[in-house]
Amino acid sequence: MKRRTLAVLLTAAMAMGTMLAGCGDSAEDTSSANSSSDNTDTADSADEDLSGTITAAGSSALKPLADDAADAFAELYPDVAITIDAGGSGEGLKQVSEGTVDIGNSDVEASEKLDEAQAAELVDHQVCVVTMAPIVNPDVKEGGVENLTKDQLISIFTGETKNWSQVGGPDEDIVLVTRPTSSGTRATFQKYALDGAEEASNASMETDDSGVLLQNVKDTKGAIGYVALSYLVGDTGVETVAIDGVEPTLENTYNGTYPVWTFEHMYTKGEANEVTQAYLDYIMSDEYGEQMEELGYGVSSKMTVTEH
Amino acid sequence: MFQREYGWRGIATLCGLFVIILTIVIGAFLIYKGSDTFLKFGHSIWEFLGSSEWNPADNADGGGAVGALIFIVGSLATCALALLIAAPFSLGSAIFITEISKKYGERFYRPVVEIFAGIPSVVYGWVGLTVLVPFIKTVFHRQVGHSILAAGIVLAVMIFPTITSVSADAIAAVPNECRNAAYGMGSTRWQTIYRVVVPAAGSGIISGIILGLARAFGEALAVAMVIGQTTALPTSIFSTTKTLTTEIASQMGNAMEGGEMKSALWTMALLLFLISLLFISLIHHFSNKKEEGDK
Repeated sequence: MKRRTLAVLLTAAMAMGTMLAGCGDSAEDTSSANSSSDNTDTADSADEDLSGTITAAGSSALKPLADDAADAFAELYPDVAITIDAGGSGEGLKQVSEGTVDIGNSDVEASEKLDEAQAAELVDHQVCVVTMAPIVNPDVKEGGVENLTKDQLISIFTGETKNWSQVGGPDEDIVLVTRPTSSGTRATFQKYALDGAEEASNASMETDDSGVLLQNVKDTKGAIGYVALSYLVGDTGVETVAIDGVEPTLENTYNGTYPVWTFEHMYTKGEANEVTQAYLDYIMSDEYGEQMEELGYGVSSKMTVTEH
Repeated sequence: MFQREYGWRGIATLCGLFVIILTIVIGAFLIYKGSDTFLKFGHSIWEFLGSSEWNPADNADGGGAVGALIFIVGSLATCALALLIAAPFSLGSAIFITEISKKYGERFYRPVVEIFAGIPSVVYGWVGLTVLVPFIKTVFHRQVGHSILAAGIVLAVMIFPTITSVSADAIAAVPNECRNAAYGMGSTRWQTIYRVVVPAAGSGIISGIILGLARAFGEALAVAMVIGQTTALPTSIFSTTKTLTTEIASQMGNAMEGGEMKSALWTMALLLFLISLLFISLIHHFSNKKEEGDK
């Protein structure tokens, strides 16, 4: 009896050894399974009919644009298959750095989420500009708040100003609706709209994505939050607020008067292969630029300023 | 012959071993990832469990604060509330199915309860967000409807079927001799139920409650939609707060690989693993006790 137990234990230990050994590379196995990104076979094909696959992952703010561009691109080159996953900027950068995907979408520069050696291997493509706008529940704007100075905005988001009447609005408590601390949208808003001031996490409702944030601001009286302009196309049931008298629009972003914007990055590991490069070129082309603006994203080449 | 006898036995054993090993490997992986918070970034376990200051640095240098007390309290509060709401209903339903109206209960009531168990959590969360949150807002005159109360109610609906079916099975397993003996002593039906049947099924009912609790603890999606994620200790059942699972779900995608925040999130995952381990051993403890009692 004892001997048998021992034998079972030994088998278990041995099996576990192999499992553990297998475990190390299994992570890469599964990830490469959904990448299938080796385009070496397509490199020598003719220019007109590109074929191959492109995989991308990362920023959820950039995903709607990447999807739309992929659809349009697929009409021009039917043999190219493009898969785009969300998952967050950190995840996108990690996966492109590991070679799991061809393109890593990110709201922030690679150096902020990767160590220096990894970031140095990546090539940045600034495909578009995203403008972030403060949004409020319609009753706040009806109550008279159409413009906030930067100081007022900072005071609201740091939790010092607690009632809209303090900034010329209705007598209502301010409800902060924000994004998690690791969000790229939050980082951008904090850096350029709040001049780096830390948001009051202990008084704000965090939402996992901008769509939910929009919904919460729409449903909650006295709510204020922020989203990218791409979420504000069409009738959304929320109102934007001007900062220091400047309306958050693409025009004001292009001419440099509205400060809360950032470049969206598509990173490739080293130079992009032929198919990926064609896709990136397509997104940054003038032809696609119009469509991009309709979706609420800004065209990088129209920026008159490149630094804040 | 040999093949039939040993071949299949081998396959069955291998499958069994695989599952055991998988569990051990997952545990080991969580310990490996989660220990970074303490070993690499030098935080103490007491800081992690007892401090409410949560501000981990999203980089590999560290230097932030990793107090997870807010999330632990948030998880405990929502689960306790869910249990408080669900347990009486579940126990009542279980007694109804097994003792009061067996025919109607088994034919109609139990299948209905089981349908509940199959509804995905995202549906519960969504319904909670569109129905429950505005409801709380109007009924209690709150500016924000997202709250521990909303999360507790959503979780209560989710764990209700688990507790009900496990308890009903436990009550049905009480031998009829017990009931007959009680009736023989002149007990009424109600006296039989609460003096004899329910105490006899006690350990099974507790197992059901713990199973439900384990499910409530692990739920992230539905809770995240209605709890109004605020990084602050709750002060009332109308407070917005966060739980262990919602914080992991909302931060993991964007946190930097190998950074202090990611390590702290892994430590929270490890904590959840340990909590479910505790729940499982509690269930075993109670069911062993029952077997001893049967002897």
